[in-house]
Amino acid sequence: MKILAEISESLGISWNALRANKMRSVLATLGIVIGVLTVTLMGAAINGLNQAFIKNVSALGADVFYVSRFKWFNNTYEDWVSMRKRPKITLAESDALSQQLAFADAVAPTADNEDSVKYKNRSASSVDIVGTTEAYLQTSGVDVAQGRFLTAADARGGQPTCVIGNDVATNLFRADPPLGERIKIEDQSFLVVGVLGKQGTMFGYSLDNRVVIPLRQYIGLVERNPGIDIQVKVGGLARLDEAQEELRQVMRRIRHLRPNQPDNFSINQQDEIVKWFHSQTATIAVIGLFVTSLALFVGGIGIMNIMFVSVVERTREIGVRKAIGAKRRNILLQFLIESAGICLLGGLIGLGIAWLVSLAVSEWLFPASLSIAIVAMSLFVSLLTGVISGFLPAWRAARMDPVEALRSE
Amino acid sequence: MSLIHLQNISRRYQMGAETVHALRDVSLEIQRGEYVAIMGPSGSGKSTLMNLIGCLDTPSAGHYGLNGVSISEMDDNQLAEIRNREIGFVFQTFNLLARSNALHNVELPLIYAGVSAEERRHLALEALAQVGLTDRIHHKPNELSGGQRQRVAVARALVNKPSLLLADEPTGNLDSRTGAEIMALFNDLSRKGNTIIVVTHEEDIAKHARRIIRLRDGLVASDEKQVEGRDSKVEGNPNPTLDPRPSTLDRP
Repeated sequence: MKILAEISESLGISWNALRANKMRSVLATLGIVIGVLTVTLMGAAINGLNQAFIKNVSALGADVFYVSRFKWFNNTYEDWVSMRKRPKITLAESDALSQQLAFADAVAPTADNEDSVKYKNRSASSVDIVGTTEAYLQTSGVDVAQGRFLTAADARGGQPTCVIGNDVATNLFRADPPLGERIKIEDQSFLVVGVLGKQGTMFGYSLDNRVVIPLRQYIGLVERNPGIDIQVKVGGLARLDEAQEELRQVMRRIRHLRPNQPDNFSINQQDEIVKWFHSQTATIAVIGLFVTSLALFVGGIGIMNIMFVSVVERTREIGVRKAIGAKRRNILLQFLIESAGICLLGGLIGLGIAWLVSLAVSEWLFPASLSIAIVAMSLFVSLLTGVISGFLPAWRAARMDPVEALRSE
Repeated sequence: MSLIHLQNISRRYQMGAETVHALRDVSLEIQRGEYVAIMGPSGSGKSTLMNLIGCLDTPSAGHYGLNGVSISEMDDNQLAEIRNREIGFVFQTFNLLARSNALHNVELPLIYAGVSAEERRHLALEALAQVGLTDRIHHKPNELSGGQRQRVAVARALVNKPSLLLADEPTGNLDSRTGAEIMALFNDLSRKGNTIIVVTHEEDIAKHARRIIRLRDGLVASDEKQVEGRDSKVEGNPNPTLDPRPSTLDRP
């Protein structure tokens, strides 16, 4: 009861003080507004990137292994040099894997390279040409928006067919309906049987700028001797570790590796990307928050300054309050609440602006979004800034001698 | 038992290398219900004495008992509590909170006393009624006349029903007519049983009191009871603006 009355008394006083010195208050609060704004935006940007990334990556499926020549992450230069000496994975090895794996739902050999694609007199360069089989539909997480995906018959080498990504459909065909039309890759014509649903971007690359063709046509046409990545989808997430071990043993058998020889292939997983990405964003977050919190620190110094001025200006008021019974604690609390209140107000304004900016940024630049955690953190940080920067001035006020304070003009 | 018991009180200040003896071995007794004026030229130690009696300061030597409680050894927070409970201050410059209305100004001591909001309002209204300001409770100090401001200050001093009303030059910032009004208010409060100490250098103001303590060079120079009846004309007058004393008559 008593503490509530004190807090409401202090809030009233600080509100009055703020109103009485409008310009000064605005300037002092501005420092906090900018500080909170930068910190919050930094958090929102990282949060947004993480969310967008997780959304992208989750399309890959957590239960898909990628058998590749290279390990995706955590490579030293030496690792990389030694991995370059590994043999490429061949289509024959992929076929053998497909036959021998007991647990796999789908096994899709894939190879991809950039090439140009022509439609009538239009041409698109640097399109990602993916050679694969019908199993790719299950392993890669793509969906078909129009028409159909490659069939087993297509994959075995019937009529040359292709499924095109969303960007290719809009760039090359514009308003024309693409289904049933023919596009040309390296002078080989392909019948468009389907259009993939929109996938978005990953690491800044569009996942929609691609054309999926049968691997048997890809080999020789796009690349003579491609290194093949094998996507293996496990039925369900349980027993993922066992599945990985079995996959490794089958692959070693296919490659006739002796027990003392190391693997000359790598088994990669989506969660490695996630881990890698999080480690990257965590670093960015630490550095970014440190830099942006400098702005908040400067804002805090501004508040401390203004609180010192406020204490000096109100020396007489402090004297009166002490004379009528305010204890040190009351005076300390009054100024702490005032400074915390200013900072919280600045924090709220900063948050409001950050919210608007993050809306605009994610509309036009890159994904950014405020989470409850970020909002809570910003408010907590601004409150903390207020308490820390208000403490010295408040302490000085609390320790004033009432006789001296009453004598001041 | 006396309300105020000062025994061999000294107060020294260190001003650089020099030691200033503001009070030297002062002993005083003030009884409950007394109306006392403390007088003296500047530098006589009357402000120091007021600060000590008001528990704003502690003596360098000697013993001070207020209402049976020993004050001399108290720390800051204990003094604050005593001030809140036992003493009502009235200052020369009113010292109201400029941005708060009269009601809130009067409520302030009760906030520090931890009184509930409802009770605060009730007591503050009661105190404002006592000084005749019921119709001005929502006015801020700058919307009130000097006399009204001092009435608010008196109400604030009275609101927690202190043992002692301590006024420091209460009419110093008022014209003589309004000053007389305030003094009439004090006389009234005294008659109702409040213990009042007025610190002043004006004889006219001091004459309202029943007892005048004069200080000089940190010592009590004289301590005399006023003759009853000197004030009776003023006390008996229900309308202080018609105070017939010459000092107010020559300035209508």
